[in-house]
Amino acid sequence: MVEWDSRRAWRWLPELSMAIALTILPFAFDTWLGSVDLLTRILIWGVFGLGFDLLFGRTGLLSFGQAAFYGTGGFVTAYLLTSGTLNSAWLAMAIGIVIASVFSVFVGFLALRRVGIYFAMITLAFGELSYFLENSPLAKWTGGENGLPGVGAPSIRIGEFDYSFTGSWPSYQLVAGFFFIGFVLARFIVLSPVGVVLTAIRQNQQRTAALGHDVRGYKLAVFVLAAAYAGCGGVLLGIFQSYMPPDAFALETSGQLVIQTVIGGAGTLIGPAVGAAIWLTLRDLLQEVPAIGDLWKFVLGLVFVVSVTFMPNGVVGTIIKLWSRFWPRRGAFASSARADDGANLNETRLAPLTSGLRSTGMTPSPLALEARRISKSYGGIRAVDDVSLALPEGQLHAIIGPNGAGKSTLLRLLAHEEMCDSGHILLHGVDLAGADVTAAFQNGMAKSYQINQLFPQLTVRQNLRIGALGRQRGRLRLDVFQSAERFSETEAIIAALINELSLDECADIVVSTLPYGAKRQLELGLALAGRPSVLLLDEPLAGLSPVERDGVKRLVRSLSKGRTIVLVEHDMDAVFELAACITVLQEGHKLAEGTPEEISGDPKVREAYLGGTVMP
Amino acid sequence: MPTLPQFLSQAFNGIALGSLLALIASGLSIILGTLGVLNFAHGSMFMLGAYTAFVVLGHWDSFAAALAVAALVLLLVGLVTERGLIRFYYRRPAEDQILVTFGLGIMMVEAVRHVFGPLSQRVPLPSWGQGVINFGFFLYPLYRVEVIGIVAALLFAFYLLLYRTRLGLVVRAGIEDPLMVELLGTHVRRVFMVVFSLGAMAAGIAGATYAPLAAVIPNMGEPFLVQCFVVVVIGGLGSFFGAVVGGLIVGEILSLTTLFDPSYAQAAIYAVMTLVLIIRPRGLFGTMGRE
Repeated sequence: MVEWDSRRAWRWLPELSMAIALTILPFAFDTWLGSVDLLTRILIWGVFGLGFDLLFGRTGLLSFGQAAFYGTGGFVTAYLLTSGTLNSAWLAMAIGIVIASVFSVFVGFLALRRVGIYFAMITLAFGELSYFLENSPLAKWTGGENGLPGVGAPSIRIGEFDYSFTGSWPSYQLVAGFFFIGFVLARFIVLSPVGVVLTAIRQNQQRTAALGHDVRGYKLAVFVLAAAYAGCGGVLLGIFQSYMPPDAFALETSGQLVIQTVIGGAGTLIGPAVGAAIWLTLRDLLQEVPAIGDLWKFVLGLVFVVSVTFMPNGVVGTIIKLWSRFWPRRGAFASSARADDGANLNETRLAPLTSGLRSTGMTPSPLALEARRISKSYGGIRAVDDVSLALPEGQLHAIIGPNGAGKSTLLRLLAHEEMCDSGHILLHGVDLAGADVTAAFQNGMAKSYQINQLFPQLTVRQNLRIGALGRQRGRLRLDVFQSAERFSETEAIIAALINELSLDECADIVVSTLPYGAKRQLELGLALAGRPSVLLLDEPLAGLSPVERDGVKRLVRSLSKGRTIVLVEHDMDAVFELAACITVLQEGHKLAEGTPEEISGDPKVREAYLGGTVMP
Repeated sequence: MPTLPQFLSQAFNGIALGSLLALIASGLSIILGTLGVLNFAHGSMFMLGAYTAFVVLGHWDSFAAALAVAALVLLLVGLVTERGLIRFYYRRPAEDQILVTFGLGIMMVEAVRHVFGPLSQRVPLPSWGQGVINFGFFLYPLYRVEVIGIVAALLFAFYLLLYRTRLGLVVRAGIEDPLMVELLGTHVRRVFMVVFSLGAMAAGIAGATYAPLAAVIPNMGEPFLVQCFVVVVIGGLGSFFGAVVGGLIVGEILSLTTLFDPSYAQAAIYAVMTLVLIIRPRGLFGTMGRE
């Protein structure tokens, strides 16, 4: 049945608006400023900025070395064309972009070893490195301080008609064409599962990894992509000016890109272009003002500092915020449409929750999870000391012990968040040696955290989608032309989870505004979104009211049907009520193990744990 | 092949440059370790120190006074920056702190460019720094030896402050775990103010000391900022000894590579940084804890 899907129509609105703007704007520039060249320059920065916005605005990776790729792309193409190595300008452009991307694989591999502040420092250092390389050792090919003049433009030949992209208007057409293609591609990425993962990395990198996504792989992918955009920007600069300037490599280029992106609005795709428009027009205007003159850059620096301080969303981000405050129709519309999806799936809703096991084709082992003599030390403290556990399929196994007994460490080891010093952990009989938390999740083991590890700026539904996509798509998949919201199986899992966790009313509410109880439910939901066969729960009842506790206890009991659960909990009533088997830890080693009856009757446990008072 | 005297003279240059880098980088590193703020304006503060020396020496023929005034001015600049801007950023993401100090650095450079013009200024050698030292088989400029002495003394004072005083104890504890220090009843925020000012002061003194050796221009701080990043990556975050050792390593690499082929000097330090990142990502003296 074909039916008018208005959500689908909304999807293409930005592209349509962009096409219209790119058609009308040059006439406005030509009329009022006498030339379209300024707009061409803005769009070159815009192409450069689209990639940087995916890198910084989406993923939160602040690179101060983008000039390295901008310059590399530009100079490779300029060299190929000016030296006469290649005749086809299109081919030279493509090679320039490819070389810039290849260079970024190397830089990204090193820079992404560290996060945050270090990443900014290392990318900046590599930016400077390439500037020096261009200037001295490679000067034979790059022209050193003189750059490369005489870069030719590409042309298209249709029959006998030869159209060369030289001169103001043709250059604009070329650059605008690339900008439009780049914009459409960037929109695809943002709306794809890859875009979802990138946003997740920005908000909570650790949890993203724990939900089965290969964080380093995605970061490297977006870094290379940003470099390809940067290379494309550099290529266009050389062709537009028919000259490739060495300062394309300068720190100032990277800095200007950062400033323009922040002023324009990071995370909005068009922010960098808007920022470039502001920067370039202000520069021209301020220099005309006699009182300012050579202080124009000081004033722009001030504008930048003020906008970072008071307008962190930038111009475009602030407009979007105001827009959605005065006209929130779209959001409400979208959420009601999605609620219908959920209602239709009511019959199937319990299926994904209860059938967690994935058939692996291996001989099923009676043990779902097994730990063989695992140990972990921090400095001189043996946090976990020679502990073995064996959980049959479907068992709810509780771990208790006084504070500092090593319960949380044991759970971290089981989840593969940390490596054991010695010993083995087997999941369904398979030794996961060397696996990380991402691999553990992919193999059907998920953990819910004692302290909520959520994605605070996303809605409940978006949070759950990150977990559901993790198991559906595997560690790393660059399916950028898929829509994140159109994996029907994923959406079914999400709808069922929202229903099961009674989060229907807040499904489309941003998580940071939710009450604690709902966040706690979602914390459990994230772990469940990957349909794990083994679930590790770290104090799921912590901080909840008695009513909420009852709800979670009921939930845990229903989850334990067809699923293996390890439960660390301080609420003894809950533990003795829920668990089939209890392990007592003390100072890192196993003190006792048995059924609730055996444990409550064990004098050793009473002495160590219950304070020595023998109860009747 | 360079002769032995050439080699030794470049090795000395390496120590002089390296000790300056160590001084600037230790300020940067301590601010980074304690406040968690990467000060992108650090290079500009170095430049302000050099210009302060230039101004003072224009009025008063005492290099010691120029050093003292540069220290004082940058202490104040640090104080005003921390109180007026940085402290509003402690709760914001690290990226925002980088952005705001980056913008601040640009403003400083442009303000100086407006006042003094883009051309380079010369700062004369102090009267007690003229001439050469005869090391027997090679001659070496006296002032460069004195730079090593001045910086070594300052680094030693910095060391005493960090490792022999209560303030230093709090700073070092704050690098390990700022929340715990706060919980133990010490006002970390007040320590932040002191640390930021001290870091700025270190950059300022380095700038004033370096001024007679180089062209004093508005963007002279930029290469130093980048080299200090390399020093901190090599030496390790928040580590005082890392900054000192890293500074000397970088200074020596720059100087000794110049002996063979100056065009590869810059590339060589990035090669070493790459090597450290591969073999020991946290830096030579870095601790695992904070990223």
